[in-house]
Amino acid sequence: MPRINSTAELETVRTDILSTRDPNKPCITLCSGSACQATHCKKVAAALELELEKQGLTDKVHVRKTGCHGFCEKGPILVLYPEGICYLQVKAEDVPEIISETLIGKKIVERLVYVDPTTGEKAVHEHDIPFYKNQERLVLGLNTKIDPKSIEDYLAVGGYQALGKVLSSMAPEQVINEVKAASLRGRGGGGFPAGIKWEAARNAPGETKYVIVNCDEGDPGAYMDRSLMEGNPFCVLEGLLIGAYAIGAHEGYIYVRQEYPLAVENVTSAIRRAEECGLLGKNILGSGFDFIIKVHQGAGAFVCGEETALIRSLEGKVGEPKARPPYPAVRGLWDKPTNINNVETWANIPLVINKGAAAFTSIGTEGSKGTKIFSLVGKVNNTGLVEVPMGVTLRDIVYKIGGGIPDGKKFKAVQTGGPAGGCMPESLLDMAVDFDQLTKAGSMMGSGGMIVLDEETCMVDFARYFLGFLADESCGKCVPCREGVKQMLTILTRITKGKGKEGDIELLEELAEVAGSSALCALGKGAPNPVLSTLRHFRDEYEAHINQGKCPSYSCKDLISYYIDPDKCQACTSCFRKCPAEAIEGGKNLIHVVIQDKCTKCGSCLEACPVKFGAVKKLSGEPIPSPLPQEARTIVRKSKQS
Amino acid sequence: MSDILLQIDGREVTVREGATILEAAQSMGISIPTLCHHEKLEPYGGCRVCSVEVDSRGRTSVVAACLHPVEQDLVVRTRTKKLERIRKSLLEMMLAHAPDSEALQELAQEYGADKARFEKDASFCIHCGLCVRYCAEVKKKNALGFIDRGARKEICFIPEIASRECWDCKECFPLCPTSALQAAFVLSKALIAPPEDEKPACCASSSSCACSHGTLP
Amino acid sequence: MDIEKIDQIIDKHQCEAGSLIQILLDIQSENHWLPREALDRVSEKLHVPMSKIQHITTFYKSFSMVPRGRHEVHVCMGTACHVRGAQRVLDTVQDQIGIKAGETDVELKFSLETVNCIGCCALGPVMVVDGEYHGNIAPSQIENVLKNYE
Repeated sequence: MPRINSTAELETVRTDILSTRDPNKPCITLCSGSACQATHCKKVAAALELELEKQGLTDKVHVRKTGCHGFCEKGPILVLYPEGICYLQVKAEDVPEIISETLIGKKIVERLVYVDPTTGEKAVHEHDIPFYKNQERLVLGLNTKIDPKSIEDYLAVGGYQALGKVLSSMAPEQVINEVKAASLRGRGGGGFPAGIKWEAARNAPGETKYVIVNCDEGDPGAYMDRSLMEGNPFCVLEGLLIGAYAIGAHEGYIYVRQEYPLAVENVTSAIRRAEECGLLGKNILGSGFDFIIKVHQGAGAFVCGEETALIRSLEGKVGEPKARPPYPAVRGLWDKPTNINNVETWANIPLVINKGAAAFTSIGTEGSKGTKIFSLVGKVNNTGLVEVPMGVTLRDIVYKIGGGIPDGKKFKAVQTGGPAGGCMPESLLDMAVDFDQLTKAGSMMGSGGMIVLDEETCMVDFARYFLGFLADESCGKCVPCREGVKQMLTILTRITKGKGKEGDIELLEELAEVAGSSALCALGKGAPNPVLSTLRHFRDEYEAHINQGKCPSYSCKDLISYYIDPDKCQACTSCFRKCPAEAIEGGKNLIHVVIQDKCTKCGSCLEACPVKFGAVKKLSGEPIPSPLPQEARTIVRKSKQS
Repeated sequence: MSDILLQIDGREVTVREGATILEAAQSMGISIPTLCHHEKLEPYGGCRVCSVEVDSRGRTSVVAACLHPVEQDLVVRTRTKKLERIRKSLLEMMLAHAPDSEALQELAQEYGADKARFEKDASFCIHCGLCVRYCAEVKKKNALGFIDRGARKEICFIPEIASRECWDCKECFPLCPTSALQAAFVLSKALIAPPEDEKPACCASSSSCACSHGTLP
Repeated sequence: MDIEKIDQIIDKHQCEAGSLIQILLDIQSENHWLPREALDRVSEKLHVPMSKIQHITTFYKSFSMVPRGRHEVHVCMGTACHVRGAQRVLDTVQDQIGIKAGETDVELKFSLETVNCIGCCALGPVMVVDGEYHGNIAPSQIENVLKNYE
């Protein structure tokens, strides 16, 4: 594609591309994001190409490898257009049938379509699947329509229209006013109004300014940014360019976490393509505006998701956060005014410009406009990326979209906000999810990770998990975080091991005040939140651990024992054979018994025991019945009638 | 540079723009405890002992006085019940590393900190960073630095540089509040042997020389 | 490691101080670890004190100052994976290779690291070997995956 030199030329190129694309030509899209790669979509892709060649259809069918579709639980996902027939959990072996039955024969392959786990209803088309139907995929939706390596695909769906509008007809101040009017709040965790940040950077004295995309996405359990960056990098580039123009920056950085190699690859390739077409570099679209972008990788430090630490990392230093004020908008990268925003925030910008602030603000709640992408993961049936307008309830997200809790287990809580966030128990399920409501409930929006927990999750252990994470990731500069987190972790670990003491909860609360108030950065300040939130809603679990030596979720290894109920054991020997520690005494027709001091609590016996017997159970906080004496262990079988 | 008017502990003070709360307080004779602060070094904000409460734009927060710049109409409180609790806990956490540190004990007395509150930690170092920062900013030798992060962070000498520079310098030694620095130096001594031609004659002729070269000050 | 290769990498990044971490990442990627000579060269050419470089290579988890195995095994310990049993996966991998996370086995075959989230949260628990992702991995499947590596 030749270099595009003006907004008019941009539209001509777009029309040309669309004219060469027949909307009725069959197109098979295959989700090729990192998660689907984990479920071997590459094999499906290879099988697809092979089969199409075999059938002589290579020229008649377009195959598009897209970024993340979001329904990650059911990947690899294959969609046949123009009908929108959606096949889930596709394997390489399924491909010949898909081609012959559906593509050619126009028949549905029933076993590959979506089945609702509760009603049993099938949904053949993408737009009928409840997971998608109940979302509003304004930002993530384009992922299914484009190959992230193809700028033509992005142009075909309206890409760069916003940039054209900005560069040809809007002054920088107008752009800022539009973003302010849209009330777009940062999607990375802080929720700070983006327009106000942009304005501060624009007004800060100095010629040289920078813009940065924060794609560090360190919150464990969150991967929205990965999918956006892998699946639609051009959208992020467009948003960044618009922001750079508004602020007056000519150099941008994209900081991608090193753990996302595909995102690094796709954004680097997108930058190259954009440069080739004149959509980056000098005199973009003939506007006189120059802008270049460099990609930097992270090197394995969660703290570098914090904006001042990220800036340090870009400067080639260790990721130790800096005190604010001064804020990066005034003194940031190389002490120059810098505006840093999260990937999803930048990805919303083309939408804000294209739709206009008025339309953008028609979605969402009073204090939180637009949509938010959440990664709905954990103990939920439909795990994946969910984009909903601000204000949808937790219940709708977990049940309507998420399909509820698997294996008939009971919902316990939803955790949001990553390691600085908190849990919402069942009583808060009808909460409208937005920035302020989540903060009021003792949690926070964070980057969008939404982790569903069931009755088997121990909330004390869950808090311990987060503190362990933070202890590993703390930069170590300030005492309240370095020492405080360590001490909180020590106490929580003791509690989960049954060594909790009187006064532990009070000490945790004291340490929470110290770290929460006096730590240098948001990592330390937020560190107490998992503890405080679980104490607020699940204090009884802490007390059971400390006072009764009991783990109510039967999860903490040191507080549980496995026990075979002699009334239920049928000596099938499944557990005996599976036990890796030879901790079960048993044999044919002998009631099996767990040898407690050999047992490693791995849980294999519980998994092995057939459901119809259900003889293995976990005990906690109660004395273990003494094993039956050897003589009493023989099972007398009822004799079969011959 | 304009003048900024702010209030500290109920008293008004005017200072130049760009000054920190600590500098403003010092100019009024108000004492805020510090540990990692040194007038020859860039403010660090690591120990957080200088934490103060500030009211700004309708919000109250706790900030490090050594770093936080003065703002017009800022209201600062240098000693409240909350700050006392915070300082006491910070001291107790540091005393777990260095219960015999004079600097820590002095502050511990004032705030009622108990050195046995937390389990004793094997490392004396409280990461005030004075040694590393002094060598980097004042001596510009960078003979020692930090390694790792979080609670695993340690100070570490660079043997090649330390063997050239440290024997005749040791200016950072008196800065260490806990003697962790001296301990680190002694432990690294095997690696930081002074260059042969610079060894004093008595040490060069006998490896068990009892002279004061190369021992702790 | 070849000094020429190190210089090539440094020059690719225009010898900029801000690119220090990117340069180290490239060296790590090329050589699988960061030998002292490489760090000396970087310190010399970028005029960054060794104490700062040493802090960087030990602060950031991506770097290894000791030789790593031929195959890198990562087990994700992110929240979603944790909730779905990542600890058991890690325990099994540690047992089977015979090393703890952060270590390399004696034959320099496998290096094992935990990762604090690789972003495949919907498919937890996840194990990555040499960049190949294995989602929804059960402890019983691990042996079959690992035996494919020489």
